[in-house]
Amino acid sequence: MFKRGTCLALFAVLLLAGCKKGAAPATASSSGGPAGAVRTDLNYGNGTEPQDLDPQIVTGVPENKIVNALFEGLVAYGPKGTGTTPAAAESWSISEDGLVYTFKLQPAGKWSNGDPVTAGDFVRSFQRILSPGLASEYANKLSPVVGAAEFNEGKLTDFGKTGFKVLDARTLQITLKRPTPFLLESMKHYAWFPVHLPTIEKFGGATRKGTAWTRPKNFVGNGPFVLKEWAMQQRIVVETSPTYWDKKSVKLTRIVFFPTENIETEERMFRTGQLDKTNELPLDKTAVYRRDHADSLRIDPLLGIYFFRVNVTRPPLTDKRVRRALALGIDRKQIVERVVNQGQTPAYNACPPMPSFTSTARLQGDLEEAKRLLAEAGFPDGKGFPRIDLLHNTSQNHKKIAEALQQMWRINLGIDVAPVNQEWKVYLDSQDTLNYSLSRAGWVADYVDPNTFFDLWRTGDGNNDTGFGNADYDRMLEEALNAPSEAARMAIYTKMDTLLMDEVPFIPLYFYTRAFAIAPKLHYPENSVETPNWKYVYWTE
Amino acid sequence: MLRFFASRLVQSLLAMFVIITATFFMLRFVPGGPFTAEKAVTPEILRNLEAHYGLDQPLWKQYLDYLGSLLRGDFGPSFKYPNRTVNEILADKLPVSLELGVLSLVAALLIGLPLGTIAAVRRNTWMDYTGSSIGMVGISVPTFVVGPLLVLVFGIHLRWFNASGWYSFEDRFLPCLVLGIAYAAPISRLTRGGMLEVLNQDFIRTARAKGASEIRIVFKHALRGGLLPVVSFLGPAIAGILTGSFVIETIFQIPGLGREFVNSAFNRDYTLVLGTVILYAGLIMSLNLAADLTQAWMNPKVRLEG
Amino acid sequence: MATLAPSAPSAPPAPVFTDAERGNSLWHDAWLRLCKNRPAVFGAATLLVVGFACFIGPLFSPYGYEQQDLDLGASPPSGIHWLGTDTLGRDLLVRLLYGGRVSLGVGLAATVVALTIGVVYGAVAGYFGKTVDAVMMRVVDIMYSLPFTIFVILLMVFFGRNIILLFVAIGAVEWLTMARIVRGQVMSVKRMEFVEAARSLGFGRRRLIFRHILPNILGPIIVYTTLTIPGVMLLEAFLSFLGLGVQPPMSSWGGLIKDGSEKMEEFPWLLIYPGTVFSLTLFSLNFLGDGLRDALDVRSSKD
Repeated sequence: MFKRGTCLALFAVLLLAGCKKGAAPATASSSGGPAGAVRTDLNYGNGTEPQDLDPQIVTGVPENKIVNALFEGLVAYGPKGTGTTPAAAESWSISEDGLVYTFKLQPAGKWSNGDPVTAGDFVRSFQRILSPGLASEYANKLSPVVGAAEFNEGKLTDFGKTGFKVLDARTLQITLKRPTPFLLESMKHYAWFPVHLPTIEKFGGATRKGTAWTRPKNFVGNGPFVLKEWAMQQRIVVETSPTYWDKKSVKLTRIVFFPTENIETEERMFRTGQLDKTNELPLDKTAVYRRDHADSLRIDPLLGIYFFRVNVTRPPLTDKRVRRALALGIDRKQIVERVVNQGQTPAYNACPPMPSFTSTARLQGDLEEAKRLLAEAGFPDGKGFPRIDLLHNTSQNHKKIAEALQQMWRINLGIDVAPVNQEWKVYLDSQDTLNYSLSRAGWVADYVDPNTFFDLWRTGDGNNDTGFGNADYDRMLEEALNAPSEAARMAIYTKMDTLLMDEVPFIPLYFYTRAFAIAPKLHYPENSVETPNWKYVYWTE
Repeated sequence: MLRFFASRLVQSLLAMFVIITATFFMLRFVPGGPFTAEKAVTPEILRNLEAHYGLDQPLWKQYLDYLGSLLRGDFGPSFKYPNRTVNEILADKLPVSLELGVLSLVAALLIGLPLGTIAAVRRNTWMDYTGSSIGMVGISVPTFVVGPLLVLVFGIHLRWFNASGWYSFEDRFLPCLVLGIAYAAPISRLTRGGMLEVLNQDFIRTARAKGASEIRIVFKHALRGGLLPVVSFLGPAIAGILTGSFVIETIFQIPGLGREFVNSAFNRDYTLVLGTVILYAGLIMSLNLAADLTQAWMNPKVRLEG
Repeated sequence: MATLAPSAPSAPPAPVFTDAERGNSLWHDAWLRLCKNRPAVFGAATLLVVGFACFIGPLFSPYGYEQQDLDLGASPPSGIHWLGTDTLGRDLLVRLLYGGRVSLGVGLAATVVALTIGVVYGAVAGYFGKTVDAVMMRVVDIMYSLPFTIFVILLMVFFGRNIILLFVAIGAVEWLTMARIVRGQVMSVKRMEFVEAARSLGFGRRRLIFRHILPNILGPIIVYTTLTIPGVMLLEAFLSFLGLGVQPPMSSWGGLIKDGSEKMEEFPWLLIYPGTVFSLTLFSLNFLGDGLRDALDVRSSKD
């Protein structure tokens, strides 16, 4: 019979010993230096754990932040988070017809292992992301280039026949299928970033997903930082790259990315000092921060729209008047101010304002008009209107908004809308298969250009998911890309926006913002597509 | 004994086979796949993806291929984290979950056993009621309330601990305490019940009549039989902690398996779901075997059968 | 000792027992003991009050559970809203009562299902032992190991969103542990002398299991049942997270507590009131359970 008493006592002692070991919390931040010295390390809350760090395989926003530290594309955002500045490319020229882009690379550009960054590296990288064998999910970002889509589909097998050419070791030429005004903007996306093929080939070959080349000891990149540590779901540590061509501009020496999958936990981590910046902020904490810690709160605009898809193939939503009534029958201001309250702006059109484009299109009408339309459609005061469902994925915020809207529609129009909470993939599948009436959705820009908010409404587009198709609209989409001038292009977009707000295949609710907590002394430029240029992030005094 | 082990092994393998098959096909019937995403990929890219992962093969062939790779000990690549194989993910996370589980269970036993024993020995006195009530806190206040509360007090106000993480030894304290409290409640109640059963038996009365002290009676005579229901419970409890620690792991950002059990299903990460299910099943069956053995040892009247 | 009338060829007069000699059944004895147990009585009374309030209470409230007041938002307890309002301006008291309907209903129904299936299954497995036990327990192992999340999603997809499904999903999980515990207990009890005695008297298997073995293992069963109910209520909260539980705007106690815990620093009443009622109910349940266990324990000293 074992000595139960002694065993219990032993366990108790061990547990207590653990407690006594250290009184001060071992926060992850280390260097602070002597008082007065400016910090050079950063603890960054980064949302979900990254799938990988290979820019040609990943698809998410958390990955975006890290990949932008480890790699560098041809062009990047400037010091204020806007504009296009040279990055891996020192300069570039565009042909008269807008079809040929020629880039001259930085003469001092180097990989982290000392190899020079050459045009050949870029072209081979493009070949890799477009290889059907790699099955990269963002291969279509390169589709404006001649032969890219065909190569990716396997229809073209000679990469030499595509529009990517090496003119010499430091000159790269890209030929497009048609003029693409937003090409430089879209090149800031990591799908265009180069990778170090010799390293990749050493670890299993170019078309194998997820090989060991992205592990810290094997990693090679051309960005301002190199990968030092990757503990899955604990942290990712990057440190300044000694071979980076613009090392002198980089002020941070170390960034630690923390996966923060629970936003309440993340906020607590900020308060204990574990994080210097969070990824998001719980809705209910915004008011508290505004009141008590205003210097730690930031609400940045985010190029995105929160909306509700309408299944136009399902009666009575087939009737345009019903759709417009639904869109007009809610009070967006109340939602934005009372329910969400993170500085969002109500949306009455399809595209948020951005430097190059502010749409003048607007959803026309008010509540009276909504009631009139509903009556005209055969449902005066909502009588006879069937109960329809409002799909949303699991989230407290979406639930709140859905419940508020349910109430508004009931009081304003007399109709019964039932919120239905579905698990994430089931919800996505329901939209894909048009198995819904109304469905909450969000769309964030891939690049800073209105095109990204209009091309999903093309007939049959994989992201349309409403059954909406309009030949005029599709035609205008093509025309816009072939427009003679930027002004002409924007005018077409305004026309398209007006068409959308007339047909209402979706109900816009508000334009996104990104609210987060940040240490007051951290200088972090605002960027409307959440792509940081880490050279311009630093601690102020 | 040997025959018992052998027959249990065969049964377990059969059961495992059923589990793998059922899970494999269940996963394919659920809507949404690993590549269903908010920003849909084009059909051509989807074709490439399916070819890359062998998802375009007929289902029975995929099933057989999977069984084959299992026999080689390869659980396959993760769909959600292409950079890791399932083997790697399991190897990284299992030790974390084990540590969390063991420490929490130790805490639970340390809190629950004494509470339950005292409640039983001093039945129907105020000590009984207080002990039961303290134990009750563990069940009636959910972990997703206790956790943040403790972090608020000990992490934010007192600054003794971090709000999350699993690096330093101190980081273990809060999560294990929270889980320990949650499991201490059933342990204390089962202990109380079990001890009461034993304490009223004749052989205890005999010992008392012979003049044995209360402590000796409790520790030497009663505990062994009284802990029987706890032992039956410990099996599922260990498995439960390892997999049900989803809430704790989410709140404290612990890189354990509990989260993967749920998240891999949400991500439709077929290989990871199967990997975690297989691991879990193996664990459950081993723990049940251990519980049965312990029960037989503690109560000589129970014969090992089957 | 009973005084028997002398046997005679004619029908004997019915035996007359005095009060002291009248035997009591197990159940009558237990009932008397239970009534003397003050915490248990208190627990039972509380449960009745809470249950009554949840099912009848909302009829007296001027507010509906889904009635919002966006301009008001979350407000602390006041004269017009006795327990305050949530972030959409809905009255917390009414939502608490409706939530009680859901939680208590689901808790009781699912537990009864789990109990019935688990006890019968475990008893059969434990009693027969050998192959029967092996097969039955392996089935339990298999069902235990299947991924619950996937199972629930499948249920939802194939059978739609139905409150009955909630019971099925929860019951399907809870009976497994009950079966294991019952089986373990039955195996240790079935070799006791009184069972041997009953068997040698020629009683059939069904009678042995249900009238001899089961009553003697009621203790752990009751204790475990009182542990199952809170688990069921919290499992329901997890299921609403998956999209299976009650659909918004209806909420359960678990849902209200989860909501409140996220806002406990800003609006503490959103956590305190649902949490207190939830805990109170569980405490009552457990005192009642303990009382039942003690009352039914035939070997306990008659103190």
